[in-house]
Amino acid sequence: MKRGRVLWQGAAHAVEPADGGVRLVDSGRVLREDELQWLPPMAFRTIFALGLNYADHARELAFKAPAEPLVFLKGPNTLGGHRGVTHRPAGATFMHYECELAVVIGRAGKRIPRSQAWAHVAGYTVANDYAIRDYLENYERPNLRVKNRDGCTPIGPWLVDAADVPDPMNLALTTTVNGRVTQRGNTRDMVFDIPALVEHLSSFMTLSAGDVILTGTPDGVVDCAVGDEVICEIEGIGRLVNTIAAPPAASAA
Amino acid sequence: MPTVYGVALNDSATLARLGRRLHEPPYQAPPAAPVLYLKPANTWAPDGADVAVPAEPGVVRVGATLGIVIGRAATRVDRADALSHIGGYVVASDLELPHDSHFRPAVRQRCRDGFCPMSTVFPASSLSDPDQAVIRTRIDGQEVHHRTLATLVRSVPALIADITGFMTLSAGDVLLVGPPDEAPLARAGQSILVAIDGLGTLRHHLVAEAA
Repeated sequence: MKRGRVLWQGAAHAVEPADGGVRLVDSGRVLREDELQWLPPMAFRTIFALGLNYADHARELAFKAPAEPLVFLKGPNTLGGHRGVTHRPAGATFMHYECELAVVIGRAGKRIPRSQAWAHVAGYTVANDYAIRDYLENYERPNLRVKNRDGCTPIGPWLVDAADVPDPMNLALTTTVNGRVTQRGNTRDMVFDIPALVEHLSSFMTLSAGDVILTGTPDGVVDCAVGDEVICEIEGIGRLVNTIAAPPAASAA
Repeated sequence: MPTVYGVALNDSATLARLGRRLHEPPYQAPPAAPVLYLKPANTWAPDGADVAVPAEPGVVRVGATLGIVIGRAATRVDRADALSHIGGYVVASDLELPHDSHFRPAVRQRCRDGFCPMSTVFPASSLSDPDQAVIRTRIDGQEVHHRTLATLVRSVPALIADITGFMTLSAGDVLLVGPPDEAPLARAGQSILVAIDGLGTLRHHLVAEAA
C-alpha cells in the first residue's frame, strides 16, 4: 500500500495513488497531484541521516568510506512535502540535492541484531537531503547550518509498505535537474546496508516507531540554481519533485 | 513533538584549550557558525531519573547546562529581540560518553537512552539575565564543578540570533547553551545534582547498564 498526506481545501487528507491522479482516502475523490499541497507522508519522530554511505559518493568527496556509520540528526523544521520549494540562500555557491532512500521504523527495539532488523521496518519513502556546501565547516561535519535549514529536506510523496518492496537493497535511484539525468545509483551500493544501520543505531539507543533513517546518497551531486526543478526517483518507491527558489526577503545566511 | 538542540564548542575555555589545534587540519579555523547537535526523544529523562551508563567506558561526562525553552517561533531574530522568544528555562544534564573528536557528530556518545535529563520548565522571569547564570554540579552531595554562563562563546541572545539566521526554532523547542569545558566525569552508582542559582535544580542517578 502507498499512502501520502496532502492539504486540500484547507484540511489534511490521506491520499493513495489512483488512475489519472491521486485519490482522497476519505471521500474517494480523484484529483491531479499538482492540485494538492503535499505534506511529508507522516509525522516522523527522530530523523537520522547518513553521510558518505555510498562508496562512490565518499570517493567523490575525497574521503575514505567511514569505519562506522557517519550518522547525524535533523529537526522536523527541515522537512517539506512533494512539489514544494527549497530556498537557495543568498550568496551560496554550491547547493546540491541528495536523493536518498528513507527507511521508516515500525516497531521499537534496542540491540536489534542484523537478522531481526527487517522486522522493525514499516516502510520506505524518498528524501532529498539538500546540502549547502558553502557552510560545511569541519566541526561536527556535516553541521546543521549545512543540513538543518527550514524546508531543506523534501520527503515523499508516498510511504510504501515494507511488504510491497521485496528487495529494498536493489533499487535504482535517479535524480534529474530540469529533465537531465545528473545522478544514478543503486541501493545495493550502500556502505552500511539497512540491517547494518538498524543494528548500529539500536546498539546504543532505542529505535521507535516513526523514526526515519535517510540512508545516504550516491555519486552525482551538482550545484542547482534558483528555478531548477529537481526530481528524485527511487524505483518502486516514488518520484519526489522539488523546485529551488530564491531566499525569502531579508534572509540571513 | 519539540526538538532539543545542544551547542558544541560554546565555552570559551574549550576554544582556549584547543588553541592551535583549531587552526590545524582538519579544522583549519575556529568555527564560524554555531555548532549544533540534537538530543533526540529517546534521550529525554525527567527529574529523578535513573540513567544507564555502559560498562565501557564506565563513565559519563556530566554537562550541566541551561536549557532555553522557546516560547514562540523564532526565525531570523535580531539579537536585541532574542530574549522575547524565551518561554522558560530548564536545568539540564547534557550527558555524553567522553570523546576527543569534534570532527564527526558524536551520536553514539550523546544520544544514548536517558542522556538528557531535564527539570520541569521554570518561568522566563526566573532569570533576569541568563548570561550571568551560575550552574553548580554536585556528585554524591559534593560540589565538583561550577560555572558561569558569562564565559559562553555566544551569549544567549547571540545564540538565538545566529541559529535562527539559518533555521527556525519552534515554540517548545529547547536549546541547551552548551556543556562546560571538561565537564566532570561520573560513574554508575553516583547521584547527580545540577543547580542553577535562582532557577532550580535537577537530580538524576547513574546506574549500570544491563549487560
